[in-house]
Amino acid sequence: MRPEIAWAEAMKFENRHDPYRFFDELRKTPVARVADDIYVVTGYWELLALAHDPRVSSDISRSPLQAKRAAAQEPPPEAEHLTAYGRQPSMIMSDPPYHDRARRQAMRQFGPPHSPDLIPSMEPGIERLCNELLGKAAGKTRIDIVDEYGYRVPVTVICKILGVPLEDEKAFHAWIFDFMAGLDLGPEAATEEGKVRAAKGRESTAALTEYLRGLIDGYVRKPGEGLLSRLVNDDGPDGPMAPPEAAANALLLLIAGHDSTVNTISHCVLTLLRNPGSVELLRRRPGLIPRAIEEVLRLQSAVQFFPSRSATADIEVGGTVIPEGSAIFLMYGAANRDPGRFPDPGRFDPERRANEHFGWGSGIHTCFGGPLARLEVNVALEVFLQRVENPRLVVDPPPYRRNQIFRGPQHLFIDYDRIREHS
Amino acid sequence: MRMVVDLNRCQGYAQCVPLAPEVLHLHGEEALMYDPNPDDSLRQHVLRAAASCPVQAIVVDRLDEIGKSS
Amino acid sequence: MRAELIADVVAEFKAYGRIVIVGASLAGLRAAETLRDEGFTGPLTIIGDEKQEPYDRPPLSKQVLKGLARADHTLLPRMRKVDADWRLGVAATGLDRRVKQVRLADGEQVPFDRLLIATGTRSRPWFNPQEAALEGVFTLRTADDAGRLRAALAAGPGRVLIVGAGFIGSEMASVCRELGLAVTVAERAEGPLVGALGGVIGDIAAEMQRDHGVDLRTGVSVEALEGDAQGHVRRARLSDGTTLDVDVVVASLGSIRNTEWLEGAGLASGRWGVACDAGCRVFDINGVVTDSIFVAGDIARAPHVLYDYQFLVQEHWDNADVGGRVAAHNMVSLEPQRRPHLPLPAFWSGQFGVNIKGVGVGPFADEIVITQGSVTDRRFAAAYGRNGRIVAAVTFNHGKWLEYYGALIERSAPFPPPPPGYDHPDGMQPMPARFPTPGAPTGWPDVVLTGHDPTERGAEYEYRTKKR
Repeated sequence: MRPEIAWAEAMKFENRHDPYRFFDELRKTPVARVADDIYVVTGYWELLALAHDPRVSSDISRSPLQAKRAAAQEPPPEAEHLTAYGRQPSMIMSDPPYHDRARRQAMRQFGPPHSPDLIPSMEPGIERLCNELLGKAAGKTRIDIVDEYGYRVPVTVICKILGVPLEDEKAFHAWIFDFMAGLDLGPEAATEEGKVRAAKGRESTAALTEYLRGLIDGYVRKPGEGLLSRLVNDDGPDGPMAPPEAAANALLLLIAGHDSTVNTISHCVLTLLRNPGSVELLRRRPGLIPRAIEEVLRLQSAVQFFPSRSATADIEVGGTVIPEGSAIFLMYGAANRDPGRFPDPGRFDPERRANEHFGWGSGIHTCFGGPLARLEVNVALEVFLQRVENPRLVVDPPPYRRNQIFRGPQHLFIDYDRIREHS
Repeated sequence: MRMVVDLNRCQGYAQCVPLAPEVLHLHGEEALMYDPNPDDSLRQHVLRAAASCPVQAIVVDRLDEIGKSS
Repeated sequence: MRAELIADVVAEFKAYGRIVIVGASLAGLRAAETLRDEGFTGPLTIIGDEKQEPYDRPPLSKQVLKGLARADHTLLPRMRKVDADWRLGVAATGLDRRVKQVRLADGEQVPFDRLLIATGTRSRPWFNPQEAALEGVFTLRTADDAGRLRAALAAGPGRVLIVGAGFIGSEMASVCRELGLAVTVAERAEGPLVGALGGVIGDIAAEMQRDHGVDLRTGVSVEALEGDAQGHVRRARLSDGTTLDVDVVVASLGSIRNTEWLEGAGLASGRWGVACDAGCRVFDINGVVTDSIFVAGDIARAPHVLYDYQFLVQEHWDNADVGGRVAAHNMVSLEPQRRPHLPLPAFWSGQFGVNIKGVGVGPFADEIVITQGSVTDRRFAAAYGRNGRIVAAVTFNHGKWLEYYGALIERSAPFPPPPPGYDHPDGMQPMPARFPTPGAPTGWPDVVLTGHDPTERGAEYEYRTKKR
């Protein structure tokens, strides 16, 4: 299969539940050209090298995709989403020193060394919420892990951390849904329906951005609780973040701050139920739960790739020279199944050693919210394992959402015998 | 329990620190400090932290693990 | 011999062979675990001169001195049960290769079929024994050392004097400042860390120390320590004629390799360590490789492909961790299965809120170029070069970039490296790295290239005359 065909198949909606067959095809050329100026990296070692290579830029304004979008009346689909994700550069789409400064400013309000207690302080609330949600499922025998469990936990937590009112959740949930559906890198983006979805995605993203700007402007006028307010009112060594930049990062943190967690919780449940004996194994040895989660992240990376990177020089890697100015897609989900790095890569093995997967990226852009997401997934899975008796999948594969980057089930129905009492 | 962090492998991602805040600390922006022999009651936190490391630099005693499972 | 006969020999050795490991620290422990992992079920003896079971040393100069962890709480995690006969608290004092026995300090002889030497190093004591015996004068290598020094620092001394500004000395100075203690660092060279990283980086390290309130004195040596009537150190006299009132003195003068016990055994051992091939097999004094004696850790000297095949000795954590495993594997493997241990030297040091990391052999270089970030902000990467190729790199709070440079060093990529796409200093101009000339009065770096001869490094080989 030629790389461009394998790439198109991997991006097709009908293959969303399992793009990995096509990633395996692509990996026959670990660094493959799939379009004029797009190189897709599916080999583990090649990806590792490029994620740490300072000649690879994440600055979207340097990407040929951005240039194409600006030049064309009708932007090609792979370019479409890029500006949709925020016109001001967020940290994920920028380079040092700008990136490092922005990340430091945000981390100052979120994690160590300046705010080491924030994330740990969330644990009791997360546990309480997980128990409440399963309490609601107690009288029934079926639950949608996405809507009734996985989504509620991270969205509640991220709202609290950022200082986004939870009562606005209905509105931004719908905007984010449209944004995701409109952000399509597959062949369907060029269809009429695809264009309608893209247009709707643009509208909703604009509405979401406007909403976040308003929120931040409010915090500039009157400081309040949460990371966003502290970010724009900070007197730390890097000063306060400018409101437009804070809005771009708020969009990133709000979306990435819950969506990938939902997908990971869903994929954890899905993977455990697909592999007989694993629920019992983790119940018997809860110490394996953290490693099981990482193994799920290896197999089902919540962010499959992020398409803002490009080459600032000719870069030789894996026997290929990526010409200066080409877009580079680092395919985390594909490299995580490279048999040259992970023996028996398709197998779910919660005891796998040296599991240095790319489920959270690699290098300086490694997931900002990783520790929070992990805490949420750990607690959600622990509570699920403690309380849900005899869980079974209803449909396999479950229906998936359209988006290729933020990949996850739209619903995940499971049946169970009963919900145990909260001990 | 016993642990060691291979600080040659460690790249200062600090993914681990919030998962076991009693045991792991950042010294400055990037240097990790930790209690090599934390109390057994912190075991699940330490295991979460160890699993979270992108470069798998945190090594936890495997004798305990074997002991627990058998 | 037919293949199955050889297989029988290996199987028999794994079942009944006797292995002795001398050295019960990181390298020895990981070697023991690997031997068992690989199916060695014969008798295994581990000899160590300290009473404690294997523990980790890097936390001693950081967490332990700071009071975040107890000195006896750095025991190393175990990867598996090793089912060994542990002889702790008794040093090995001799090796007789003819009868294949290790002699212990208590007079016992321990027979072996295969031997692993992993005796590591000890701290270099203060040069004057009377002064070294004063209360308040310390060195730091063992957990006991760390416990005593921690107690002295916790008592709130008036001023601490650290002699020697290598990595450990600098880390201790950082801890002292974090504890709010007045501290003077005296270094014979032009700045801290220059032995390992050169003068350009040494200048940055010096600035860090001074910014954090360290009284840093460079280009001076401490000539004498004076005690009070109770035998407690109270004053230090420096070579520039000044004196200091001090309550605690830490001699951080580098290390001495524990090879004296091998004297007379006819092995290629001496002050620079024990020479071995890339598979950890020890050379005898004539450069003939032995079949049954292996070496790992701080004292193993092996020719390194990246550094002109000079014998490289490195006192780095991962060298002990990985070296112990590779040596053990090779001890129970036949030739085609043997593995090389040719690690790219790598180190880290946390001090003054900055994570300093490095790869390669800095002192092999003559030039340095700052490649990424900002020296002023103390967030940067720098590459070292020699003859147009990159041989080492260092980062200050820029550790995520280090493996890029490691990969360049491994393939001997051109120096200076290609400019990064962003965040690099204008021009990226290489400059002299300013390493002290060999023989200059400074502490030896932790990684030393020790020439091409298995048995000597210039004229400094000590044991050649003592033939059996």
